[in-house]
Amino acid sequence: MSQTVLAITEQSEGRFRKISYEVLSEAKKLAGQLGGSLTAVVLGSGVSDTDVAELKTYGADTILVADHPDLAVYTADAYVNVLAAIIRDRDCKTVVLGSTSCGKDMGGRLAARLEAGLAMECLSAAAEDGKIMVSRPMYGGKLIARTAIEADIRMVAMRPKAAQVTRAEGAGQVEKIEVDPGRIRTKVVDQQLATGKVDLTEADVVVSGGRGMGGPDYTVIENLAAVLEAAVGASRSAVDEGWRPPSDQVGQTGKVVSPNLYIACGISGAIQHLAGMSSSKVIVAINKDPEAPIFSKADYGIVGDLFEVVPVLTEAIKKIKG
Amino acid sequence: MPKVEIFVFLKQVPATESIIQVADDGVSIKTEGLKWVINPYDELAVEEALRIRQEKGGTVTIVSLGPAKADEAIRTALAMGADKGLRIDCRLNQYDSLATARILAAVMKERPFDLLIAGYRAVDDDYHMVGPALAELLDIPSISMVIEQKIDDNTIRCRCTVDGGTMDVEASLPALITTQRGLNEPRYASLPGIMKAKKKPIEVLEAGSLGIDADRLEARVRIESLAPPPERSAGRMIEGESVEDKVNQLVKALSEEAKVL
Repeated sequence: MSQTVLAITEQSEGRFRKISYEVLSEAKKLAGQLGGSLTAVVLGSGVSDTDVAELKTYGADTILVADHPDLAVYTADAYVNVLAAIIRDRDCKTVVLGSTSCGKDMGGRLAARLEAGLAMECLSAAAEDGKIMVSRPMYGGKLIARTAIEADIRMVAMRPKAAQVTRAEGAGQVEKIEVDPGRIRTKVVDQQLATGKVDLTEADVVVSGGRGMGGPDYTVIENLAAVLEAAVGASRSAVDEGWRPPSDQVGQTGKVVSPNLYIACGISGAIQHLAGMSSSKVIVAINKDPEAPIFSKADYGIVGDLFEVVPVLTEAIKKIKG
Repeated sequence: MPKVEIFVFLKQVPATESIIQVADDGVSIKTEGLKWVINPYDELAVEEALRIRQEKGGTVTIVSLGPAKADEAIRTALAMGADKGLRIDCRLNQYDSLATARILAAVMKERPFDLLIAGYRAVDDDYHMVGPALAELLDIPSISMVIEQKIDDNTIRCRCTVDGGTMDVEASLPALITTQRGLNEPRYASLPGIMKAKKKPIEVLEAGSLGIDADRLEARVRIESLAPPPERSAGRMIEGESVEDKVNQLVKALSEEAKVL
């Protein structure tokens, strides 16, 4: 059996997204356990050679560059056509990708096309007795499932920020390959992308505001987020009130986040919110109500009015950040 | 395009406020006393289908894979206004996502449709897979995580959320879309709606009657054990004379103890 592990990279604005390095690192680990090699694939149009060469330092033995005008913008049809052909031609039995919006869009299609076993939102993966074992959250993080992927082709989609990025030396053989994106049935007519904005699931620090915000003015939260280079999150009640867009929601029906530091401001800590953030490394809670359930999950708690505490905190952090 | 034939895929899941506990077998959950609801993303799908039907005319059929209990969720969707239901009988979580998509594809191959709507994920198993896999098996285009849609003639144009923003994407019908929060505010079933729903038909099919080879329905992804995540214990409440005092202690702790600043 071929033991080539394929790592699917993702780019944004012409640069590799952080998830790409996480995917490569987890794939490298699997390749080591399987005694195989690591192949990275880069899809795009006008892919830069210097960027591609960098993947060698994350352990890629082979770097496939699929450069085609039809791959400039992500579409499920083109990406699935190209990736399915690569996986078959190269006889890859283990595939690692990111559980990102693209990964979630194309993962199911690719698995159906290849009759592969796919586990989304994985926290870790390991090769054991001919199967791939993954650990993944269910019920919005209320339970962790040790899950076996047993199929001819096994696909592991890593949750952003779950895998440790590790440098490793690979052979780094770059191959530019001919690809056929095929017929594309969806047309991207416009994009509204916030440049320079940290995505909630990829952020090292998240500052969230809940019902205690009392309205749509999140200035105090945004100011604190700015000094910490953090992403802004919200509780479901803040989203339900229309104070923040649904894309900011942290929790079981929103995004599950695992930053190094999560600061919950004016959030009581409903069970479905706790499920979405309790895998954060360090949690700080600021709430008026000393009985708020959020304090039972927080490493540090301050009982107080967030509108008094947060601005002082912002200034204090500004000072130490210089 | 005169009328739109819509199918909505729905899963009954434990309500998100539920405390979820592992059953004695170690691989499933305790179901006693749980409150069951329509998966919140599927509820958005039902609502959007009803809005499209209101504008264009057509039929909204609810399809669900699950045990007899799932009829409650189908009945709720019928009470919201959907026309009919179809349940493929199986045990709770009997099939993995790919097998589920395969069964749904077999059902849909026998039925004419213009638009399929699914939640982009189910908040129980979180596989994020059935919608796109179903579209693949039916060989139709799909658009994921839709927050806005408009159908003109034979084209659906959607705004969808992607990492870092939104994207506007078009496809020709028949197509499948998956729903994202923000798409709409699902209606509550009205009392007359609930009364009417009692008379609406729910067809029940056996997965075995669909002519799918048993080995193609075998699980490729299987839970070996379930456990709650490591319990977080409550940390330190920071006491102090003033806000400044508390904040200074916090910043010191974050930079010196936790080393996250």
